[in-house]
Amino acid sequence: MTAHIESLAHGAAHDGHDTGGPHSTLKGYLTGFVLAVVLTAIPFYLVMNKVFPSSTTTAIVILAFAAVQIVVHMIYFLHMTTKAEAGWSLLALVFTMVLVVITLSGSLWVMFHLNNNMMPAAPHDMRKMP
Amino acid sequence: MADLTAPALAATGATSTVSTVSTTGTAPRFYLREEHHPENGTLLGFWLYLMSDCLVFAALFAVYGVLGRNYAAGPNGAELFNLPLVAVNTSLLLLSSITYGFAMLEMQRRRLGSVMLWLAITGLLGAGFIGLELYEFNHLIHEGAGPQRSAFLSSFFALVGTHGLHVTFGIVWLITLMFQLGRHGLIAANQRRLMCLSMFWHFLDVVWIGVFTFVYLMGALP
Repeated sequence: MTAHIESLAHGAAHDGHDTGGPHSTLKGYLTGFVLAVVLTAIPFYLVMNKVFPSSTTTAIVILAFAAVQIVVHMIYFLHMTTKAEAGWSLLALVFTMVLVVITLSGSLWVMFHLNNNMMPAAPHDMRKMP
Repeated sequence: MADLTAPALAATGATSTVSTVSTTGTAPRFYLREEHHPENGTLLGFWLYLMSDCLVFAALFAVYGVLGRNYAAGPNGAELFNLPLVAVNTSLLLLSSITYGFAMLEMQRRRLGSVMLWLAITGLLGAGFIGLELYEFNHLIHEGAGPQRSAFLSSFFALVGTHGLHVTFGIVWLITLMFQLGRHGLIAANQRRLMCLSMFWHFLDVVWIGVFTFVYLMGALP
């Protein structure tokens, strides 16, 4: 019963002049900033000082750092939670991420296999090409 | 016949009831005082806009991913990119993200002067970012590495230029908001606008993470 009354009071508080945005804190912003600085500095250091001899290793490591940093920005700066907008924000984000992954991986997959998948051009076709 | 008249009678009955209520005025009223709308409709709508903008950038990243190694016997990323300059640019944008965050914190404490100050600092950092980017573009074009040189440079200018245009319009928006704040103060509408710009500004920083990693750092790898 108490919980019910509390939830009613909570609802009433939200119907006031509160603009309804996320309530951000200094601690949250500073945590995000420090994490972001560290996650930015390490990839720059890795590339500028050529820490790994292999380019592929470096590429994979800095892409992983970028992915983590994007999550950090989403949580600490864009205040993304599972609760925001009753979950619709997160749903839209997940949907967009699915589309982005399909667009990026699909484009790269198709375009880098063109040479293998295309029929070899016959000499008389080549002559007609512009 | 009876079927037709019955609803008509009911309708007149209903009308008379409503008129009694409205004329007496003392009867309890049960209508909604405010129009019912979903909480934070604007913020969710703006988030959806940002997601569609995300798709624009995804397409540009895909183009860069496909064309980014087609140098047409021209210069490649390792020869062109000035990583210390990119590092300065990245820190400017990251700093502008946290200063915008401070502006939002001051907004919650309803201190207009501090909000304006942090917004001005954010705008200056953003302007510094754009200035350095224009310097870099100008330098590249004068070296003969303009967007017409190779597919790599076309896609590079398209991606980085689109991000730069977003930041430019973010600064225009920020200046407009500062005038709005100066005239009307921290009213509910202005707080909502500040939250939208906050999402836009932080979103651009997120896109920049992709740009500096995928374009600059990976482009500079041997």
